[in-house]
Amino acid sequence: MVDLSEIASGFRHASGGIVGVGRGRNRQVAIAIETIAILAILPFVLHPFFVFQVTMVLIYAIAIIGLNLLTGFNGQLSLGHAAFYAIGAYTAAIMMNSFGVSYFWTLPAAAVICFMFGFLFGLPALRLDGVYLALATFALSVATPQILKIHIFEQWTGGVQGLVIAKPDAPLGLPLTQDQWLYFFTLAVTIIMYVAATNLIRTRTGRAMMAIRDNPLAARSMGINNPIYKAVTFGVSGLYTGIAGTLGAIVVQFVAPDSFTIYLSVAFLVGLVVGGVGWLPGAFFGAAFILFVPNVAEHFSQGLSGAVYGLMLIVIMLVMPGGFAGAVRIVSSFLKKPSV
Amino acid sequence: MELLGQQLTAGIASGTIYACIALALVMIYQAIGHVNFAQGEMAMFSTFIAWQLMRWGLPYWAAFAGATVISFAGGVLIDRLMFRPIRTAAVLTQIVMFVGLLAVLNSAAGFIWDFTSKPFPPPFGADPLLGSRLVSTHQATMVVATFLLLVLLYVFFRNTRVGLAMQSATEDPVSASLVGIRVEWMIALGWGMAAAIGAIAGMLIAPVVFLEPNMMRGILLYGFAAAVLGGLSSPGGAVFGGFAVGIIENLAGTYIPVVGGELKLTIALFIIISVLVVRPTGLFGATHTPRV
Repeated sequence: MVDLSEIASGFRHASGGIVGVGRGRNRQVAIAIETIAILAILPFVLHPFFVFQVTMVLIYAIAIIGLNLLTGFNGQLSLGHAAFYAIGAYTAAIMMNSFGVSYFWTLPAAAVICFMFGFLFGLPALRLDGVYLALATFALSVATPQILKIHIFEQWTGGVQGLVIAKPDAPLGLPLTQDQWLYFFTLAVTIIMYVAATNLIRTRTGRAMMAIRDNPLAARSMGINNPIYKAVTFGVSGLYTGIAGTLGAIVVQFVAPDSFTIYLSVAFLVGLVVGGVGWLPGAFFGAAFILFVPNVAEHFSQGLSGAVYGLMLIVIMLVMPGGFAGAVRIVSSFLKKPSV
Repeated sequence: MELLGQQLTAGIASGTIYACIALALVMIYQAIGHVNFAQGEMAMFSTFIAWQLMRWGLPYWAAFAGATVISFAGGVLIDRLMFRPIRTAAVLTQIVMFVGLLAVLNSAAGFIWDFTSKPFPPPFGADPLLGSRLVSTHQATMVVATFLLLVLLYVFFRNTRVGLAMQSATEDPVSASLVGIRVEWMIALGWGMAAAIGAIAGMLIAPVVFLEPNMMRGILLYGFAAAVLGGLSSPGGAVFGGFAVGIIENLAGTYIPVVGGELKLTIALFIIISVLVVRPTGLFGATHTPRV
């Protein structure tokens, strides 16, 4: 029931984003406020475990927005975003455990580190297209757990066992439980990141990103510096996913190498495809999908969640290549027709 | 010196595994121009089929042949059902499809045969070869089988009508269809052959690594590294790449202290990225210049 209301409100938000373009920003702002109001009430009416789950949806949504900026808006495919998520998570865990830094300050640190890493990985990736880039990032994803387990870093990373993190309390004596506080904290970060992303793609930079996606050659002849934009997009994408990883580590209170396998990367990709490639609000549907659907599948059988993922991917690609975004577009154009 | 010799033979032995998988990857790349991310899981699934046939009382070679034939049919079916409808779609769509296939096969194998490791018999036993201390019979079998496959493929592509038709269908689909080659069926055939080669590779590997749904994860990565190193468009290069990767893996694991056993997958990552950056076509791959 819980996520339904959220999805419904998000849906209105979404269709508003598409249908309401001509009707000015007021409507969009109203919908945004409505959505945020519903999201703000949620933690007080929900079971604590659901609060945790909705928090995780928001976190995955940030990660998927990051992947969307790279894949959906810049046309670079990544199967390696679990690596960025892992870097963000480990940055938080190591800073909090080894250096006693407050959880709040791990976010900017993770943002900088992940941006650098993304930028640096983006440089060799410049030479790779489509399949080859997918291959390189796939390799990154498969190697990540092993790199995290490496012996020499064990005193910081905790090796195979991973690290346990203390859960932060609500500041200023606010009457909130730890879960509720983390929910609001995550919500605030999500809103900032989402608004930043929507603004980014509306700027000159965003248009350059999309031009490179649509036709690299034409983009270059219009004076766009392709390598710089592509590498920076990789960095920004890494930054988003890294911040998601940081939040994820704080909320789950635990990091371990085997939580950041290729399947996490696949999950992000599933979320992206289900939500709709190149459509930012889709990230929330995609995130809800990758969090709740495997749970439902596991009610039926332990090992079936992978099959459900896979089948969904295949079916969506065959019947609904636009993902949720495509469905919304179809529905909204259908609703629009009678009045025209 | 003895250690070096041992490591080299071990490298060649694991190299055959990677060579087989790389060969299958190259087959599909030749047919449809995409890297098959599900190749490892397809091979794993085929091996499980062979295992199941043996459980039902079939002798080894009957199960071997049965699994190869079933895999061939499965490969053709996968192409017709899943990949034919999206032939002209974007790269993202195709890759997502492969990832979906990977997840389905992995999870289905776990569902049907569960996740415990199962022993799989080698075809000619695993005793030392003719009393040699370095090489076991199974390692020798794998080397011979890989070369046999390579020679067969070479002959098939050079000297048979179907092989030539397949090549022209990949190189220039439009002209090929104009001279009466059924391009779509050639692609399906490529899928079938890749699945069958994968099945053979899986059945050769399974005695070494034990049979379980995740057995191919690391191996597939090395297979990628091998295929990329040798060049995705060159079957011979893929086999060479396989041996090279196997030897590099073993030598680096022994002689570079940081790497040890812990970072072996990272070597594959390193090989893939450095080859792609320095020489994207691989050692033996053909350069392909797109038209503007």
